[in-house]
Amino acid sequence: MFGGFDYAVLERALPLLWQGMLFTLQLTGLAICGGVFFGTLLALMRLSPFRPVSFFAASYVNFFRSLPLILVIFWFYFLVPKMLGWPIGGFYSVLIAFVMFEAAYYCEIIRAGIQSVTRAQVHAGSALGLTYGQTMRLIILPQAFRNMLPVLLTQSIIMFQDTSLVYVVGLKDFLTTADLIANRDNRPVELFIFAAVVYFVLCLIGSTSARRLQRTYAI
Amino acid sequence: MNYKWDWGILLQEPYFGWIWAGFGWTCAVAILAWMIALSLGSVIGVLRTIPHPLPRAIGTAYVELFRNIPLLVQLFLWYFVVPEVVPREAGMFLKRGLPMPEFWTAVVCLGFYHGARVAEQVRSGIGAIRDGQRQAALAMGLTTTQVYRYVLLPVSYRIIIPPLTSDFLGVFKNSSLALTIGVIELTARSRQIEEYTFQGFEAFAAATVLYSLVTFAVMTLMHVTERRTRIPGMISLEAK
Repeated sequence: MFGGFDYAVLERALPLLWQGMLFTLQLTGLAICGGVFFGTLLALMRLSPFRPVSFFAASYVNFFRSLPLILVIFWFYFLVPKMLGWPIGGFYSVLIAFVMFEAAYYCEIIRAGIQSVTRAQVHAGSALGLTYGQTMRLIILPQAFRNMLPVLLTQSIIMFQDTSLVYVVGLKDFLTTADLIANRDNRPVELFIFAAVVYFVLCLIGSTSARRLQRTYAI
Repeated sequence: MNYKWDWGILLQEPYFGWIWAGFGWTCAVAILAWMIALSLGSVIGVLRTIPHPLPRAIGTAYVELFRNIPLLVQLFLWYFVVPEVVPREAGMFLKRGLPMPEFWTAVVCLGFYHGARVAEQVRSGIGAIRDGQRQAALAMGLTTTQVYRYVLLPVSYRIIIPPLTSDFLGVFKNSSLALTIGVIELTARSRQIEEYTFQGFEAFAAATVLYSLVTFAVMTLMHVTERRTRIPGMISLEAK
Protein backbone atom coordinates (compact mmCIF):
# COMPACT_ATOMS: atom_id res chain seq x y z
CA MET A 1 0.00 0.00 0.00
CA PHE A 2 2.64 2.54 0.99
CA GLY A 3 5.40 0.41 -0.55
CA GLY A 4 5.86 2.84 -3.41
CA PHE A 5 6.08 5.90 -1.18
CA ASP A 6 8.88 7.92 -2.73
CA TYR A 7 10.65 10.22 -0.28
CA ALA A 8 13.04 11.49 -2.95
CA VAL A 9 10.13 13.26 -4.66
CA LEU A 10 9.48 15.18 -1.45
CA GLU A 11 13.13 16.01 -0.99
CA ARG A 12 13.30 17.55 -4.44
CA ALA A 13 10.05 19.43 -3.85
CA LEU A 14 11.08 20.94 -0.52
CA PRO A 15 12.53 24.28 -1.75
CA LEU A 16 9.39 25.07 -3.77
CA LEU A 17 7.12 23.94 -0.95
CA TRP A 18 8.99 26.23 1.43
CA GLN A 19 8.32 29.15 -0.93
CA GLY A 20 4.66 28.20 -0.87
CA MET A 21 4.64 28.02 2.93
CA LEU A 22 6.18 31.49 3.15
CA PHE A 23 3.39 32.80 0.94
CA THR A 24 0.78 31.10 3.13
CA LEU A 25 2.30 32.49 6.34
CA GLN A 26 2.59 35.98 4.89
CA LEU A 27 -1.02 35.98 3.73
CA THR A 28 -2.19 34.58 7.09
CA GLY A 29 -0.20 37.13 9.11
CA LEU A 30 -1.37 40.15 7.12
CA ALA A 31 -4.97 38.92 7.06
CA ILE A 32 -4.96 38.40 10.85
CA CYS A 33 -3.69 41.95 11.46
CA GLY A 34 -6.25 43.46 9.07
CA GLY A 35 -9.04 41.21 10.28
CA VAL A 36 -8.48 41.97 13.97
CA PHE A 37 -8.19 45.71 13.30
CA PHE A 38 -11.41 45.95 11.28
CA GLY A 39 -13.07 43.37 13.51
CA THR A 40 -12.45 45.58 16.57
CA LEU A 41 -13.86 48.60 14.74
CA LEU A 42 -16.93 46.62 13.70
CA ALA A 43 -17.41 45.28 17.24
CA LEU A 44 -17.28 48.79 18.70
CA MET A 45 -19.75 49.90 16.02
CA ARG A 46 -22.03 46.98 16.82
CA LEU A 47 -22.07 47.90 20.48
CA SER A 48 -22.64 51.57 19.71
CA PRO A 49 -25.81 53.04 21.25
CA PHE A 50 -26.35 54.94 17.99
CA ARG A 51 -28.83 52.76 16.08
CA PRO A 52 -27.82 53.27 12.39
CA VAL A 53 -24.17 52.52 13.23
CA SER A 54 -24.90 49.29 15.09
CA PHE A 55 -27.40 48.28 12.40
CA PHE A 56 -24.80 48.78 9.68
CA ALA A 57 -22.21 46.72 11.53
CA ALA A 58 -24.70 43.93 12.27
CA SER A 59 -25.78 43.77 8.62
CA TYR A 60 -22.18 43.66 7.46
CA VAL A 61 -21.37 40.79 9.79
CA ASN A 62 -24.49 38.78 8.98
CA PHE A 63 -24.05 39.33 5.27
CA PHE A 64 -20.44 38.14 5.13
CA ARG A 65 -21.12 35.24 7.44
CA SER A 66 -23.79 33.95 5.06
CA LEU A 67 -21.39 33.69 2.10
CA PRO A 68 -18.87 30.98 1.18
CA LEU A 69 -15.28 32.23 1.29
CA ILE A 70 -14.66 31.04 -2.27
CA LEU A 71 -17.43 33.27 -3.56
CA VAL A 72 -15.98 36.23 -1.63
CA ILE A 73 -12.55 35.51 -3.13
CA PHE A 74 -14.07 35.44 -6.63
CA TRP A 75 -15.91 38.69 -5.92
CA PHE A 76 -12.82 40.60 -4.86
CA TYR A 77 -10.56 39.01 -7.44
CA PHE A 78 -12.96 40.30 -10.05
CA LEU A 79 -14.09 43.50 -8.37
CA VAL A 80 -10.97 45.15 -6.94
CA PRO A 81 -9.15 45.69 -10.26
CA LYS A 82 -12.43 46.95 -11.80
CA MET A 83 -13.02 49.46 -9.02
CA LEU A 84 -9.47 50.76 -8.93
CA GLY A 85 -9.22 50.76 -12.69
CA TRP A 86 -5.82 49.06 -12.73
CA PRO A 87 -4.65 45.55 -11.88
CA ILE A 88 -3.04 45.19 -8.43
CA GLY A 89 -2.15 41.52 -8.66
CA GLY A 90 -3.79 38.46 -7.21
CA PHE A 91 -2.12 38.71 -3.82
CA TYR A 92 -3.62 42.06 -2.84
CA SER A 93 -7.07 41.21 -4.20
CA VAL A 94 -7.13 38.02 -2.16
CA LEU A 95 -5.70 39.77 0.90
CA ILE A 96 -8.51 42.35 0.78
CA ALA A 97 -11.04 39.53 0.42
CA PHE A 98 -9.62 37.75 3.48
CA VAL A 99 -9.53 40.91 5.60
CA MET A 100 -13.13 41.85 4.73
CA PHE A 101 -14.35 38.29 5.26
CA GLU A 102 -12.48 37.53 8.48
CA ALA A 103 -13.34 40.91 10.00
CA ALA A 104 -16.94 39.68 10.22
CA TYR A 105 -15.85 36.61 12.20
CA TYR A 106 -13.37 38.49 14.41
CA CYS A 107 -16.07 41.09 15.12
CA GLU A 108 -18.31 38.49 16.75
CA ILE A 109 -15.44 37.16 18.88
CA ILE A 110 -14.35 40.63 19.97
CA ARG A 111 -17.92 41.68 20.71
CA ALA A 112 -18.38 38.63 22.93
CA GLY A 113 -15.07 39.47 24.62
CA ILE A 114 -16.13 43.04 25.32
CA GLN A 115 -19.47 41.86 26.65
CA SER A 116 -17.71 39.39 28.93
CA VAL A 117 -16.41 42.33 30.96
CA THR A 118 -19.10 43.26 33.45
CA ARG A 119 -21.09 46.42 32.98
CA ALA A 120 -20.19 47.54 36.50
CA GLN A 121 -16.68 48.25 35.23
CA VAL A 122 -18.03 50.68 32.65
CA HIS A 123 -19.99 52.42 35.41
CA ALA A 124 -16.93 52.47 37.65
CA GLY A 125 -14.93 54.00 34.81
CA SER A 126 -17.51 56.73 34.28
CA ALA A 127 -17.72 57.32 38.03
CA LEU A 128 -13.97 57.95 38.06
CA GLY A 129 -14.50 60.62 35.44
CA LEU A 130 -13.06 58.76 32.45
CA THR A 131 -14.54 59.43 29.02
CA TYR A 132 -16.12 56.61 26.97
CA GLY A 133 -12.97 56.32 24.86
CA GLN A 134 -10.71 56.16 27.92
CA THR A 135 -12.93 53.56 29.62
CA MET A 136 -12.80 51.38 26.51
CA ARG A 137 -9.09 51.78 25.91
CA LEU A 138 -7.80 51.59 29.48
CA ILE A 139 -10.29 49.30 31.23
CA ILE A 140 -12.54 47.26 28.95
CA LEU A 141 -10.41 46.36 25.92
CA PRO A 142 -7.33 45.10 27.83
CA GLN A 143 -9.50 42.71 29.85
CA ALA A 144 -11.59 41.78 26.83
CA PHE A 145 -8.55 40.89 24.72
CA ARG A 146 -7.19 38.78 27.53
CA ASN A 147 -10.47 36.87 27.77
CA MET A 148 -10.81 36.29 24.07
CA LEU A 149 -7.18 35.49 23.25
CA PRO A 150 -7.79 31.71 23.04
CA VAL A 151 -10.79 32.13 20.73
CA LEU A 152 -8.87 34.64 18.60
CA LEU A 153 -6.08 32.11 18.25
CA THR A 154 -8.56 29.38 17.29
CA GLN A 155 -10.09 31.64 14.65
CA SER A 156 -6.61 32.45 13.34
CA ILE A 157 -5.89 28.73 12.96
CA ILE A 158 -9.11 28.37 10.98
CA MET A 159 -7.95 31.25 8.82
CA PHE A 160 -4.54 29.68 8.33
CA GLN A 161 -6.41 26.64 6.98
CA ASP A 162 -8.70 28.84 4.90
CA THR A 163 -5.79 30.47 3.07
CA SER A 164 -5.50 27.18 1.15
CA LEU A 165 -8.61 28.36 -0.75
CA VAL A 166 -6.48 30.78 -2.79
CA TYR A 167 -6.03 27.63 -4.85
CA VAL A 168 -9.20 28.64 -6.73
CA VAL A 169 -7.51 31.69 -8.22
CA GLY A 170 -4.20 29.94 -8.75
CA LEU A 171 -1.97 31.81 -6.30
CA LYS A 172 1.05 29.74 -5.30
CA ASP A 173 0.48 29.08 -1.62
CA PHE A 174 1.58 25.88 0.13
CA LEU A 175 -1.27 23.70 -1.11
CA THR A 176 -1.27 25.03 -4.67
CA THR A 177 2.47 24.45 -4.88
CA ALA A 178 1.99 20.88 -3.64
CA ASP A 179 -0.73 20.41 -6.24
CA LEU A 180 1.45 21.78 -9.06
CA ILE A 181 4.33 19.50 -8.12
CA ALA A 182 1.95 16.55 -7.74
CA ASN A 183 0.78 17.11 -11.30
CA ARG A 184 4.28 17.73 -12.66
CA ASP A 185 5.82 14.62 -11.13
CA ASN A 186 2.60 12.61 -11.12
CA ARG A 187 3.05 11.84 -7.41
CA PRO A 188 -0.23 12.99 -5.80
CA VAL A 189 -0.01 10.47 -2.93
CA GLU A 190 3.32 11.73 -1.57
CA LEU A 191 2.64 15.41 -2.06
CA PHE A 192 -0.88 15.57 -0.64
CA ILE A 193 -0.07 13.36 2.34
CA PHE A 194 2.95 15.53 3.06
CA ALA A 195 0.82 18.69 2.80
CA ALA A 196 -1.78 17.17 5.13
CA VAL A 197 0.89 16.21 7.70
CA VAL A 198 2.44 19.68 7.66
CA TYR A 199 -0.92 21.42 8.08
CA PHE A 200 -1.92 18.94 10.78
CA VAL A 201 1.21 19.42 12.85
CA LEU A 202 1.08 23.23 12.62
CA CYS A 203 -2.62 23.42 13.44
CA LEU A 204 -2.32 20.91 16.27
CA ILE A 205 0.44 22.99 17.86
CA GLY A 206 -1.79 26.04 17.45
CA SER A 207 -4.93 24.48 18.92
CA THR A 208 -3.03 22.90 21.82
CA SER A 209 -1.53 26.24 22.75
CA ALA A 210 -4.98 27.85 22.43
CA ARG A 211 -6.27 25.38 25.03
CA ARG A 212 -3.29 26.04 27.28
CA LEU A 213 -3.86 29.80 27.00
CA GLN A 214 -7.47 29.29 27.99
CA ARG A 215 -6.44 27.48 31.17
CA THR A 216 -3.69 29.82 32.27
CA TYR A 217 -4.43 33.24 30.86
CA ALA A 218 -8.17 33.86 30.99
CA ILE A 219 -9.42 36.03 33.82
CA MET B 1 -15.23 52.63 -13.51
CA ASN B 2 -16.84 51.74 -16.83
CA TYR B 3 -19.04 48.72 -16.76
CA LYS B 4 -21.97 47.73 -18.95
CA TRP B 5 -24.77 46.57 -16.72
CA ASP B 6 -27.00 43.85 -18.06
CA TRP B 7 -29.14 42.26 -15.42
CA GLY B 8 -31.25 40.65 -18.15
CA ILE B 9 -28.45 38.18 -18.69
CA LEU B 10 -29.54 36.29 -15.59
CA LEU B 11 -32.93 35.54 -17.14
CA GLN B 12 -31.52 34.43 -20.49
CA GLU B 13 -30.92 30.82 -21.35
CA PRO B 14 -28.61 29.05 -20.80
CA TYR B 15 -27.49 31.22 -17.87
CA PHE B 16 -30.81 31.10 -16.01
CA GLY B 17 -30.80 27.30 -16.20
CA TRP B 18 -27.12 27.18 -15.15
CA ILE B 19 -27.79 29.06 -11.94
CA TRP B 20 -30.69 26.86 -10.91
CA ALA B 21 -28.82 23.68 -11.82
CA GLY B 22 -25.87 24.91 -9.76
CA PHE B 23 -28.14 25.75 -6.87
CA GLY B 24 -29.62 22.25 -7.04
CA TRP B 25 -26.16 20.66 -6.84
CA THR B 26 -25.21 22.90 -3.93
CA CYS B 27 -28.32 21.80 -2.03
CA ALA B 28 -27.79 18.13 -2.91
CA VAL B 29 -24.17 18.12 -1.70
CA ALA B 30 -25.03 20.07 1.45
CA ILE B 31 -28.03 17.98 2.49
CA LEU B 32 -26.41 14.57 1.89
CA ALA B 33 -23.19 15.69 3.61
CA TRP B 34 -25.18 17.01 6.53
CA MET B 35 -26.88 13.65 6.98
CA ILE B 36 -23.48 11.96 7.25
CA ALA B 37 -22.14 14.70 9.53
CA LEU B 38 -25.08 14.53 11.91
CA SER B 39 -25.08 10.74 12.32
CA LEU B 40 -21.30 10.37 12.45
CA GLY B 41 -20.92 13.43 14.67
CA SER B 42 -23.49 12.10 17.15
CA VAL B 43 -21.65 8.79 17.45
CA ILE B 44 -18.24 10.44 17.90
CA GLY B 45 -19.66 13.03 20.29
CA VAL B 46 -21.17 10.29 22.45
CA LEU B 47 -17.88 8.35 22.36
CA ARG B 48 -16.15 11.39 23.82
CA THR B 49 -18.46 11.47 26.83
CA ILE B 50 -18.30 7.77 27.75
CA PRO B 51 -16.36 7.27 31.01
CA HIS B 52 -13.87 4.84 29.53
CA PRO B 53 -10.46 5.84 28.14
CA LEU B 54 -10.53 3.87 24.84
CA PRO B 55 -13.71 5.26 23.23
CA ARG B 56 -12.71 8.70 24.47
CA ALA B 57 -9.32 8.42 22.84
CA ILE B 58 -10.89 7.29 19.56
CA GLY B 59 -13.33 10.20 19.63
CA THR B 60 -10.62 12.73 20.46
CA ALA B 61 -8.31 11.39 17.76
CA TYR B 62 -11.08 11.66 15.17
CA VAL B 63 -11.94 15.22 16.11
CA GLU B 64 -8.32 16.39 16.23
CA LEU B 65 -7.50 14.73 12.91
CA PHE B 66 -10.42 16.17 10.98
CA ARG B 67 -10.32 19.61 12.55
CA ASN B 68 -6.62 20.26 12.05
CA ILE B 69 -6.36 19.57 8.33
CA PRO B 70 -7.78 22.18 5.94
CA LEU B 71 -10.95 21.05 4.21
CA LEU B 72 -9.45 21.54 0.75
CA VAL B 73 -6.50 19.27 1.63
CA GLN B 74 -8.95 16.66 2.92
CA LEU B 75 -10.90 16.91 -0.32
CA PHE B 76 -7.74 16.30 -2.36
CA LEU B 77 -6.83 13.38 -0.09
CA TRP B 78 -10.23 11.75 -0.66
CA TYR B 79 -10.19 12.42 -4.38
CA PHE B 80 -6.58 11.86 -5.41
CA VAL B 81 -4.97 9.81 -2.65
CA VAL B 82 -7.59 7.42 -1.27
CA PRO B 83 -8.18 5.58 -4.59
CA GLU B 84 -4.40 4.98 -4.82
CA VAL B 85 -3.79 3.63 -1.33
CA VAL B 86 -6.86 1.39 -0.83
CA PRO B 87 -6.69 -2.19 -2.20
CA ARG B 88 -6.60 -2.39 -5.97
CA GLU B 89 -10.21 -3.44 -6.66
CA ALA B 90 -11.64 -0.80 -4.35
CA GLY B 91 -9.43 1.81 -6.01
CA MET B 92 -10.61 0.77 -9.46
CA PHE B 93 -14.21 1.03 -8.28
CA LEU B 94 -13.63 4.53 -6.92
CA LYS B 95 -11.97 5.65 -10.13
CA ARG B 96 -14.05 3.85 -12.75
CA GLY B 97 -17.09 2.12 -11.28
CA LEU B 98 -18.61 4.83 -9.12
CA PRO B 99 -21.09 7.07 -10.95
CA MET B 100 -20.42 10.81 -10.39
CA PRO B 101 -17.20 10.28 -8.41
CA GLU B 102 -16.67 14.03 -7.81
CA PHE B 103 -20.11 14.42 -6.30
CA TRP B 104 -19.88 11.46 -3.92
CA THR B 105 -16.31 12.32 -2.93
CA ALA B 106 -17.41 15.83 -2.03
CA VAL B 107 -20.38 14.52 -0.03
CA VAL B 108 -18.29 12.01 1.95
CA CYS B 109 -15.47 14.50 2.55
CA LEU B 110 -17.77 17.25 3.79
CA GLY B 111 -19.69 14.74 5.90
CA PHE B 112 -16.56 13.51 7.69
CA TYR B 113 -15.15 17.01 8.12
CA HIS B 114 -18.32 18.47 9.60
CA GLY B 115 -18.86 15.30 11.60
CA ALA B 116 -15.95 16.42 13.78
CA ARG B 117 -17.63 19.77 14.35
CA VAL B 118 -21.01 18.19 15.12
CA ALA B 119 -19.25 15.83 17.54
CA GLU B 120 -17.92 18.80 19.50
CA GLN B 121 -21.42 20.32 19.72
CA VAL B 122 -23.00 17.02 20.81
CA ARG B 123 -20.31 16.61 23.43
CA SER B 124 -20.80 20.12 24.80
CA GLY B 125 -24.58 19.58 24.75
CA ILE B 126 -24.26 16.41 26.83
CA GLY B 127 -21.76 18.19 29.07
CA ALA B 128 -24.27 20.99 29.70
CA ILE B 129 -26.80 18.56 31.21
CA ARG B 130 -26.43 18.38 34.96
CA ASP B 131 -24.95 15.09 36.10
CA GLY B 132 -27.98 14.50 38.34
CA GLN B 133 -30.04 13.54 35.30
CA ARG B 134 -27.64 10.80 34.30
CA GLN B 135 -27.42 9.53 37.85
CA ALA B 136 -31.21 9.58 38.21
CA ALA B 137 -31.61 7.62 34.98
CA LEU B 138 -29.05 5.06 36.11
CA ALA B 139 -30.72 4.81 39.52
CA MET B 140 -33.99 4.01 37.76
CA GLY B 141 -32.32 0.96 36.28
CA LEU B 142 -31.73 2.19 32.72
CA THR B 143 -28.72 0.76 30.94
CA THR B 144 -26.02 3.13 29.64
CA THR B 145 -27.46 2.84 26.11
CA GLN B 146 -30.92 3.68 27.42
CA VAL B 147 -29.57 6.63 29.40
CA TYR B 148 -28.16 8.10 26.20
CA ARG B 149 -31.13 7.12 24.06
CA TYR B 150 -33.92 8.39 26.31
CA VAL B 151 -32.34 11.03 28.56
CA LEU B 152 -29.06 12.57 27.46
CA LEU B 153 -29.36 12.76 23.67
CA PRO B 154 -32.93 14.11 23.43
CA VAL B 155 -32.10 16.87 25.90
CA SER B 156 -28.72 17.55 24.30
CA TYR B 157 -30.13 17.96 20.77
CA ARG B 158 -32.65 20.47 22.02
CA ILE B 159 -29.94 22.50 23.73
CA ILE B 160 -27.60 22.56 20.74
CA ILE B 161 -30.03 23.59 18.02
CA PRO B 162 -28.41 27.03 17.55
CA PRO B 163 -24.82 25.79 17.09
CA LEU B 164 -26.04 22.91 14.93
CA THR B 165 -27.82 25.44 12.73
CA SER B 166 -24.62 27.32 12.13
CA ASP B 167 -22.86 24.03 11.45
CA PHE B 168 -25.44 23.17 8.81
CA LEU B 169 -24.92 26.58 7.24
CA GLY B 170 -21.20 25.82 7.35
CA VAL B 171 -21.79 22.66 5.30
CA PHE B 172 -23.93 24.65 2.92
CA LYS B 173 -21.20 27.25 2.39
CA ASN B 174 -18.34 24.75 2.32
CA SER B 175 -20.09 22.76 -0.41
CA SER B 176 -18.61 25.44 -2.70
CA LEU B 177 -15.23 23.74 -2.26
CA ALA B 178 -16.57 20.88 -4.36
CA LEU B 179 -15.90 23.05 -7.42
CA THR B 180 -12.18 22.37 -7.03
CA ILE B 181 -12.69 18.72 -7.99
CA GLY B 182 -15.22 19.48 -10.70
CA VAL B 183 -18.70 19.57 -9.17
CA ILE B 184 -20.38 22.43 -11.01
CA GLU B 185 -22.38 23.89 -8.14
CA LEU B 186 -23.65 27.41 -7.56
CA THR B 187 -20.32 29.23 -7.09
CA ALA B 188 -18.77 27.39 -10.03
CA ARG B 189 -21.76 28.29 -12.21
CA SER B 190 -21.51 31.99 -11.34
CA ARG B 191 -17.80 31.92 -12.16
CA GLN B 192 -18.62 30.18 -15.43
CA ILE B 193 -21.16 32.85 -16.36
CA GLU B 194 -18.56 35.52 -15.56
CA GLU B 195 -16.06 33.83 -17.86
CA TYR B 196 -18.56 33.40 -20.70
CA THR B 197 -20.22 36.81 -20.60
CA PHE B 198 -17.86 39.09 -18.58
CA GLN B 199 -20.94 40.10 -16.56
CA GLY B 200 -19.26 39.30 -13.25
CA PHE B 201 -21.38 41.61 -11.11
CA GLU B 202 -24.65 40.06 -12.17
CA ALA B 203 -23.38 36.49 -11.97
CA PHE B 204 -21.78 36.81 -8.53
CA ALA B 205 -24.73 38.85 -7.26
CA ALA B 206 -27.12 36.06 -8.22
CA ALA B 207 -25.06 33.51 -6.27
CA THR B 208 -24.70 35.92 -3.33
CA VAL B 209 -28.45 36.50 -3.13
CA LEU B 210 -29.20 32.77 -3.26
CA TYR B 211 -26.68 31.95 -0.51
CA SER B 212 -27.97 34.78 1.69
CA LEU B 213 -31.59 33.80 1.16
CA VAL B 214 -30.96 30.20 2.16
CA THR B 215 -29.03 31.33 5.24
CA PHE B 216 -31.84 33.69 6.21
CA ALA B 217 -34.53 31.05 5.64
CA VAL B 218 -32.68 28.37 7.63
CA MET B 219 -31.93 30.79 10.48
CA THR B 220 -35.57 31.86 10.73
CA LEU B 221 -36.86 28.29 10.58
CA MET B 222 -34.42 27.04 13.20
CA HIS B 223 -35.08 30.01 15.46
CA VAL B 224 -38.76 29.06 15.51
CA THR B 225 -37.91 25.39 16.05
CA GLU B 226 -35.56 26.29 18.86
CA ARG B 227 -38.22 28.33 20.64
CA ARG B 228 -40.84 25.60 20.22
CA THR B 229 -38.60 22.86 21.56
CA ARG B 230 -36.84 24.85 24.27
CA ILE B 231 -36.75 23.10 27.63
CA PRO B 232 -38.16 25.38 30.31
CA GLY B 233 -35.50 26.48 32.75
CA MET B 234 -32.56 25.59 30.51
CA ILE B 235 -30.70 28.14 28.52
CA SER B 236 -29.56 27.13 25.08
CA LEU B 237 -25.92 27.26 24.03
CA GLU B 238 -25.51 30.35 21.92
CA ALA B 239 -24.44 29.91 18.30
CA LYS B 240 -20.77 30.69 17.88
